[in-house]
Amino acid sequence: MAIKPDTQPITPDTFLSGIWRENPVFVMLLGMCPVLAVTNSVANALAMGLATTFVLLCSNALVSLLRRQIPKEVRIAAYIIIIATFVTVVDYLIHAISLEVYDALGAFIQLIVVNCMILGRAEAFASRNRLSNTLVNSLGMGIGFTIALLCLGSVRELLGAGALLGYPIFGQSFEPWIIMLLPPGGFFVLAAWLLLFAWLKESQQRRKQAAAAAPQNGGKLGGASIHAR
Amino acid sequence: MSSVPIAQRPKPTASHKLIATLGLISLCSGLLVVSVFEFTKPYIAENQRRALEAAVLQVIPGAVERREFILTPQGVWPRQDAPAEGRLIHAGFDAQGQFKGVALQAAGRGYADVIRILYGYNPACECIVGMMVLESRETPGLGDKIETDQNFTANFRNLSAALNAERTGLAHEIITVRPGSRQAPGEIDGITGATVSANAIGRMLNESAQVWLPMLAPHWSALSLPVGAEEAMDGD
Amino acid sequence: MHADSLGFIFLNAAIINNFVLALFLGICPLLGVSGKLNTAFSMGLATSLVMLISSVSAWLINEILTHFELEFLRLIAYIAVIASAVQLVEMSLKKFSPALYRALGIFLPLITTNCAILGVALFQTNYEYSFVQSLFYSLGAGTGFIIAIVLMAGLREKLDLADVPSIARGAAMSLMLAGILSLAFMGFAGLGG
Repeated sequence: MAIKPDTQPITPDTFLSGIWRENPVFVMLLGMCPVLAVTNSVANALAMGLATTFVLLCSNALVSLLRRQIPKEVRIAAYIIIIATFVTVVDYLIHAISLEVYDALGAFIQLIVVNCMILGRAEAFASRNRLSNTLVNSLGMGIGFTIALLCLGSVRELLGAGALLGYPIFGQSFEPWIIMLLPPGGFFVLAAWLLLFAWLKESQQRRKQAAAAAPQNGGKLGGASIHAR
Repeated sequence: MSSVPIAQRPKPTASHKLIATLGLISLCSGLLVVSVFEFTKPYIAENQRRALEAAVLQVIPGAVERREFILTPQGVWPRQDAPAEGRLIHAGFDAQGQFKGVALQAAGRGYADVIRILYGYNPACECIVGMMVLESRETPGLGDKIETDQNFTANFRNLSAALNAERTGLAHEIITVRPGSRQAPGEIDGITGATVSANAIGRMLNESAQVWLPMLAPHWSALSLPVGAEEAMDGD
Repeated sequence: MHADSLGFIFLNAAIINNFVLALFLGICPLLGVSGKLNTAFSMGLATSLVMLISSVSAWLINEILTHFELEFLRLIAYIAVIASAVQLVEMSLKKFSPALYRALGIFLPLITTNCAILGVALFQTNYEYSFVQSLFYSLGAGTGFIIAIVLMAGLREKLDLADVPSIARGAAMSLMLAGILSLAFMGFAGLGG
């Protein structure tokens, strides 16, 4: 993301980059702790995704509004205060809305504050862009994050409990893979998704190379991103 | 960093401006947090009260109303006029205002982490009449059978917890035994595949009952006064 | 062992409910800084140090906030304290032990956004630990973090020489290793139960 003045127009890419090309979980590998910890069911994954999206939207909107007022020297401190405020707000809101969801997510609601994705977006995008651009981009990122959580949550709940959103899918005779609900399952399912995406990218790249006889700059899209962190 | 000549560096912002900005942001966020806190407070309290009430009424069969008492070394008081800090006791009453038993919390270490339970005790039959897991991180499908296994939860419909003759402790220990070998009073049938978790339940029930039931024993009459008779109790 | 005993609190945080492998806290450094054994150990050490300091300060802050019934400021106060603790450690290391500073220096800023640090502070508040208990809890958590990241780094160093399919290199491989480690650590559950 080049340091451009505030005049960049909103393109579909502003929104879509967060969902696919710069997906915070699958491509940038940011905010892994909640991704692994709360995705043992679809409902938890959805709640966590929505809470994170809310914090991302609100805090980045504020950062974008105040971007000229915040001096460079204390910007990180200011961002952290803003993020922590909205996380506290979300924490109380969830507690008020549903005790069940609150108990299921536990301390991970408060741990949104150290989700590197939010601070990263504030620093890399919101502090340099207009409010409208920031809102669109944050929404895309939030949705991308939620989709990634749902990808993990659905696989883990389906295999680990034989159900989706609490409704049994496989029937009585299915012996649940309990390991999927346990910590190792989180690591394995995320690894499997990353493998799948890496494989898709590689085969796409190979096809492109086969199509164009001359060597292309396929590496720009492919493999490099997996080493991003 | 030092290679950059001073002249080319961006001019540092004056420190009072830094402090002012940070102070202003903190002030705004403080205001926001406080207002949300005040706004959600009644809802959160209501949610928690409802969850607790449902749990208490579940572990005391027949109860439809819950009242809170505080147990101190001096005696038992209704929560609002307790003179000192003490242990919270939930008492359950049926529709006619008849005392049906008390609910107590217990906690102990399970397989993965600390398990918290709520159990109901009925002094009329001197037995534990219900048990509910409030909080556990036991292994899904194995350790969490302490919540889902019908045979195990059936143990707590009528588990003897009578006091000994001196009223200093239980007449017989509450203990989890191997599945299907329950014989003596106070024994709990364990669960195959969840031995540690089931043993933990037995242990924490025993620890809690040994301490609290003898302390409660002299006060059953004070607890079991029908609804609306507190004034009479205060009189004597 | 009783659930509140210091030995159990330490073991619980270090091994049974290992912060990284069972509670998923501090995954970013686990994936990012576990390439080399030396750096991994330094990172673990720096994290444990900050963990200890911020745990002590978080306990004090919680006492103060509870006294004035300001619990709703807890999260903001904790995160501010952690950020300052990191700064403090960085400055004092620079002054008193330049050698250690050179070894740990580059990791210190990264630690602020390590969930494990905030996790320790939040969990010890949730469990209502006393001062000494909090101390042992944070020591255990730090030890657990070092164990996890060093084990991980050892495995990854060995795998450098292995012939891994190209799509599995990098994060996917690390996650699978973490999964296997986590599987192994599950065996510690029920320890002393």
